[in-house]
Amino acid sequence: MPWLLVVPAMLGMVFLVLPLAGLLVRAPWSTLPERLSEPQVLEALRLSLVTASLATVICLVLGVPLAWLLARTDFPGRRLLRALVTVPLVLPPVVGGVALLLVLGRRGLVGQWLESAFGFSLPFTTAGVVVAEAFVAMPFLVIAVEGALRAADVRYEEAAATLGASRFTVFRRVTLPLVAPGVLAGAVLCWARALGEFGATITFAGNFPGRTQTMPLAVYLALETEPEAAIVLSLVLLAVSVLILVALRDRWVGAAA
Amino acid sequence: MTLRARIVVERPAFRLDLDLTVSRGEVVTLLGPNGAGKTTALRALAGLTPLTEGSIELDGVRIEKEPAERRPVGVVFQDYLLFPHLSALDNVAFGPRCQGRSKAEARSRARDLLDRMGLAEFSSVRPRRLSGGQAQRVALARALAVEPRLLLLDEPLAALDAHTRLEIRSELRRRLTGFDGATVLVTHDPLDAMVLANRLVVVEHGVVVQEGAPAEIARRPRTDYVARLVGLNLYRGEGDGDRVRVGELSFAAEEHVTGPAFVAFAPRAVALYRARPDGSPRNLWEGRIDGVERHGDNVRVHVDGPVPVAADVTPAAVAELDLTPGRPIWVSVKATETHAYPA
Repeated sequence: MPWLLVVPAMLGMVFLVLPLAGLLVRAPWSTLPERLSEPQVLEALRLSLVTASLATVICLVLGVPLAWLLARTDFPGRRLLRALVTVPLVLPPVVGGVALLLVLGRRGLVGQWLESAFGFSLPFTTAGVVVAEAFVAMPFLVIAVEGALRAADVRYEEAAATLGASRFTVFRRVTLPLVAPGVLAGAVLCWARALGEFGATITFAGNFPGRTQTMPLAVYLALETEPEAAIVLSLVLLAVSVLILVALRDRWVGAAA
Repeated sequence: MTLRARIVVERPAFRLDLDLTVSRGEVVTLLGPNGAGKTTALRALAGLTPLTEGSIELDGVRIEKEPAERRPVGVVFQDYLLFPHLSALDNVAFGPRCQGRSKAEARSRARDLLDRMGLAEFSSVRPRRLSGGQAQRVALARALAVEPRLLLLDEPLAALDAHTRLEIRSELRRRLTGFDGATVLVTHDPLDAMVLANRLVVVEHGVVVQEGAPAEIARRPRTDYVARLVGLNLYRGEGDGDRVRVGELSFAAEEHVTGPAFVAFAPRAVALYRARPDGSPRNLWEGRIDGVERHGDNVRVHVDGPVPVAADVTPAAVAELDLTPGRPIWVSVKATETHAYPA
């Protein structure tokens, strides 16, 4: 056995698994049901699910066409655009939140105009949470869908064109169904990322229970006052993550078979 | 005339330049080795590859500037490319739908076509569950569903196994005969080409090297590639009326040709002898055995010499002749089976 590889590998595995195991060990299993039914927990969970789902919808509506543009067309600056699109992927989310404030805040470049034209402001609202989550999660979807598009056989699209299909019809009736598994996987990843979003959300939308306090924010807050509640909330997020992983795995195995 | 095209496509290290005219109801086959540019020509006609220069005129209308979706062209692709997420029926109905017909109209048209192809009971089947022959017929139905005036087929039989191929080939021929527009078909298989085409256009290195009726091309090949395809020995020489001089040899042939000429004869017209035969056969020379292989019921012997030649001999003759590679051998060809024609 190459111990030089196996020993660090085992250590790495323990490092990744041990904290999760600790979470399970320290969970207050006896009081779990009542903890879970506390209005504050339910509120945060509901808000998290709603905002993450809305953010995913926005990412799908804007991100799938963006992925198509990157994968199927050629224009000057395409590579630069692709690099820019992936910036939020590596950007610290807090920085993303600051950037969003600067642009969409009440005194921001666009926010100012939104405020004066529509009397509408995003920061510190539920809509702001959705915007922050979408900003951080969209690159995951774009990358996944672009990869699926590049892997898809363009000859099907050519066949559709010879049958008289316009480029939009080709996209709607041929391309999209062919890359549906990739879009689904991207959407799930995107949703998971949105669900766990912390930095950009707390910076851009603040931490108001019932309005902008999502699960990760609630966990952070509870840790200072009520550690047990934090553990329960964390358990819920862990359960959701594992569920996603299982769903995705099935999807990938299914696609390979 | 239905189709009149000059197709020029330039790529790094490759240039395709061919003229093509196809009449209504005619099936023209582009035949050539891989990489000759046949598929590129087909894609250019379909609008999937832009022309570098040239023009495409269909029924008097120039279409080379039109995008693929606006050309009255139907294409049967090499692997058929049936949409995997649609049923056979919806694959065929796809084109009519894109042409703006209602769903019901498109489907009824698709049903008619599948019916005619003998595939009525496969309407709701996904392409993945169709056999190669069935998929090919669905692909043909899909291409015909848009009522094209030009039908293009790219290696329509290549994806089939040898057994189904035979059956599908004659069936395809019948269906193509029933189509009243122009048809251009691409293949590298000489048998497919001979059976399916009214006219053959042989393409090598991006240019037309020979063109004509299949029988004519089979009898009088003009390039080594065509000669190999149709199984003839072919040499280029100089005719002086009576004989055609090829290098140091001089062939007597059935026909009299003066000037640059081809000489062609079948491998079965060649006789081999261990020693110089008695009498004086007209076309006789000495060579060396180069190689031996099975060829149908016979044995094909490759002989090197003043010109390389392939000879078919019976297994019985093989026993008498000593066919060790490198061994000297006498070769003769009957003048009555040697054909000469102007180059």
